[in-house]
Amino acid sequence: MTEDRTYEAIVIGGGHNGLVNGAYLARAGMRTLILERRHMVGGAAITEELVPGFHFTTFSYALSLLRPEIIHELELPKHGFMPIQMSDTFAPTEDGDYLWLGSDRELNAKEIARHSAHDADALHQFELDTARVCQALKPLLDRIPPNIVGTDPDDLGQLAELAAHLRGLPPKVLHDCVRLITGSAADFLDDYFESDIVKGLLSSSSIIGSKVGPRSQGSGLVLLYHKLGETDGTFGSWAFHKGGNGGFTQVLARAAQAYGAEIMLDAAVDKVITSGDRATGVALADGTELYAPVVVSALDPRRTFMELVDPRQLPTDLVDNIRRFRFQGTSGKVNFALDALPEHPALPGVGDQFRGFTNIGPSMDYIERAYDDAKYGWYSQRPYIDACIQSTIDPDMAPPGKHVMSCFVQYAPYALRESDWDAERVRFGDTVQATIESFFPGFGDLVLHREVVTPLDIERVVGLSEGNIFAGEFLAPQMYLFRPAPGWNQYRTPIAGYYQCGSGTHPGGCVMGAPGRLAAQQILGDRDPDRSGS
Amino acid sequence: MATIRTTPFHERLAPLNRTGLWSHWSGHLVSRKYQMSDKVEYFAIRDAAALIDTSPLHKYRITGADAERYLAGVLARDVRTCGDGEAQYTIWCDDRGHVVEDGVVMRFHANDFMLTAAEPNLAYLTALATGYDVQIVDVSDDYGALAVQGPRSRRILASLAPEIDQLGYFEHVPAKFAGTAVTVSRTGYTGDLGYEIWVEAGDATAVFDAVVEASAGHSVRPVGQNAMLMSRIEAGLLLLDVDFRSSRFAYTDDERSTPAELGMTWMLRDLPTSDRPFIGRRAIERELADGTSRWRTVGLVVDWREWDRVHAGEGLIPPKDATPIVAEMMLYTDDGEWIGYTTSFMYSPIMQRHLAIGRVRPHLASSGTAVQLEVTVAHRYHTVSANVTRLPLYNPPRKTA
Repeated sequence: MTEDRTYEAIVIGGGHNGLVNGAYLARAGMRTLILERRHMVGGAAITEELVPGFHFTTFSYALSLLRPEIIHELELPKHGFMPIQMSDTFAPTEDGDYLWLGSDRELNAKEIARHSAHDADALHQFELDTARVCQALKPLLDRIPPNIVGTDPDDLGQLAELAAHLRGLPPKVLHDCVRLITGSAADFLDDYFESDIVKGLLSSSSIIGSKVGPRSQGSGLVLLYHKLGETDGTFGSWAFHKGGNGGFTQVLARAAQAYGAEIMLDAAVDKVITSGDRATGVALADGTELYAPVVVSALDPRRTFMELVDPRQLPTDLVDNIRRFRFQGTSGKVNFALDALPEHPALPGVGDQFRGFTNIGPSMDYIERAYDDAKYGWYSQRPYIDACIQSTIDPDMAPPGKHVMSCFVQYAPYALRESDWDAERVRFGDTVQATIESFFPGFGDLVLHREVVTPLDIERVVGLSEGNIFAGEFLAPQMYLFRPAPGWNQYRTPIAGYYQCGSGTHPGGCVMGAPGRLAAQQILGDRDPDRSGS
Repeated sequence: MATIRTTPFHERLAPLNRTGLWSHWSGHLVSRKYQMSDKVEYFAIRDAAALIDTSPLHKYRITGADAERYLAGVLARDVRTCGDGEAQYTIWCDDRGHVVEDGVVMRFHANDFMLTAAEPNLAYLTALATGYDVQIVDVSDDYGALAVQGPRSRRILASLAPEIDQLGYFEHVPAKFAGTAVTVSRTGYTGDLGYEIWVEAGDATAVFDAVVEASAGHSVRPVGQNAMLMSRIEAGLLLLDVDFRSSRFAYTDDERSTPAELGMTWMLRDLPTSDRPFIGRRAIERELADGTSRWRTVGLVVDWREWDRVHAGEGLIPPKDATPIVAEMMLYTDDGEWIGYTTSFMYSPIMQRHLAIGRVRPHLASSGTAVQLEVTVAHRYHTVSANVTRLPLYNPPRKTA
């Protein structure tokens, strides 16, 4: 009886990191079970057919930071991996003009020159300078970070290697790196650009998922993090996976299953079972107990350390660090089913500008003002919107001639002053729709269906604490050596056999998969020290 | 001097080409791409449907009481097994068993065929017709050809003519699009589900309009040469003067290839059981019996870690540009012995790997064999591992389903 309830590894959470982790463990020959609370895998990376024929990427909506190693090592193309290029970026201005960038650098330079001749080659320089920073940091993404408080020779050796790596960088690259990690996106961008629309467009990636404005210290790090993504070798380039990110997590599930992992749906975990200082299995909400010497939490740090185990089983300083770990989700989604493609007043009858992101954030001031609302506990009255009409990229997302449009919205702070999200849901949706309408007059007439996703929904449905899409904010004190806490950034926990592999571990969120992969390396290395982590 | 010509679809396609970039194909203008991103058009082929103007292909109508017997002796693949309403990809060879060219033959009736070719072949075909009751007419200019390629192609074309829904791989059928007579074949050069529409030149624009109307809402795009040439490498479809040369116009045997060397012995399965005389038969049989083939044509998949390593080692970001490289790249064993070369090379967005079509010595042709590919990075030669694999490199079930 206990035989079929005993595994070599149990992964809690069937989001993309749980699936990646489970796939690697199964690939290494471990009898692996992945437990998912909901009726489908994917976590925040799901696609749902909310209206017949219309497929919504309810939460996460594009792919960029997924590590290429995972694509190859898990043989994802065999299982249907298909990242479709998002070729265009469209940024309407407040005066009815637009900036439309495509895949030709020289043409883009001419388009930027319509707004500022100065900014045309400045963009080229900016792209190169940030790519060099990404090039320098990329090796850190694909390795288990050193333990800064560790005392054994391996830890010290790894810290020395890190220091040597940084010391080997050209001085400008190292300095740009520090400026981005510690400074504001505004300071960095002001150094290159003069035009509002260019700065609005570029600064938008400095606030995604984070409670910062472009002028806040720390927004540079968010900008840099998003630049680290790559599609087909180009940093900062995005793709739309066939069938949305739900299509992607289905690919991961097929890969995991092909390696022998078992996936159990509708299986909410109540507690990690421990014996002494060691994890021995999990207890499901329905009382079922499942056993394994390796238990991996793909949930966020709060749930991993405060809910799945008794905090008293952990050192007080770790509990203290997790208690102060900042989530404060600040993003929402409004997804639309549309009767036809919207039109921009300056481009009647043209639709190709929608083959990528449409960026409603026409200036740094606009985005900073949107942040002002959030600072004082309210959602933006003129929000920043990252829209994507995904059916223009993958026609299978909507019926012929119809469209689905995913709108990522900031700011939508988790904690509202003197109200709550259930009360504000409709007004929030109206605010977003009115903002889109102001840039695309007539938009409202196209709306067939609207889905409003608040930070509270993200928390309730996906399980991400406070609705933070990265399972913990991207702040320097919560990254790399300190994600989620100093000393516990190597996917282990103080409980032997209990590991963490969610986006709350290094490197972080964004459908990157690196936490799941690196945690698997650590688990396999601990299991068989000869084959080691790297 | 003759001026460059336009195809029967040009009037419709020219305004759609927003790049101003055109290629010349058999003396005709064809678009390289219709908008700035080749990958957008590539994904139209792989995820929606593409309209590709293939009109410049040379087309020969072959009729007469001896048409079947004539073609059975000229073409290496046995055309007698091609029924009415069927098509065959085929090659023709010279007496020494070297490949002259390749093309698709369609059979309409017992003695009524059309053969396509990349280069002019009328003199070649006519010279071989002596003694046969056969008429060979160059109908290249009489027909436009519009390829509709991609997962949505069946649904779109079946909405114009329901019989297309049941059309099998390498079958063709007469149909009417908006009242205009066409022939639709389940053929193409992309390795995906796809069709080619053959239409009399004067009716081409009407048929184009009908296809465009039926495509509405399906994310169908006009697609240029660049994206088609990307998809054909993944599909393992050889290109004349890139992956092989015509023996007819070669100076040396080194430039020539045999069917076995091009991976086309599957066309010759009838050799042991039939005595059909065809040009090159004896030489091909000798080559197969004696094992004298110099090459095998194979797919190659580049080791991604090594690709990244050699570029990162030079301080560069590893390029993953899908633009095909048509220059030859050399292949070696681990010991540095030269054992072949690539003829087409690209980064495949759907397989997420650098791929090549190439030739290796026959004893190294089995799948999984590791070879070393020479690449030039930062002005220096490097080698990266590549694995030999079978062609096609990408082969979705929908292609033949």
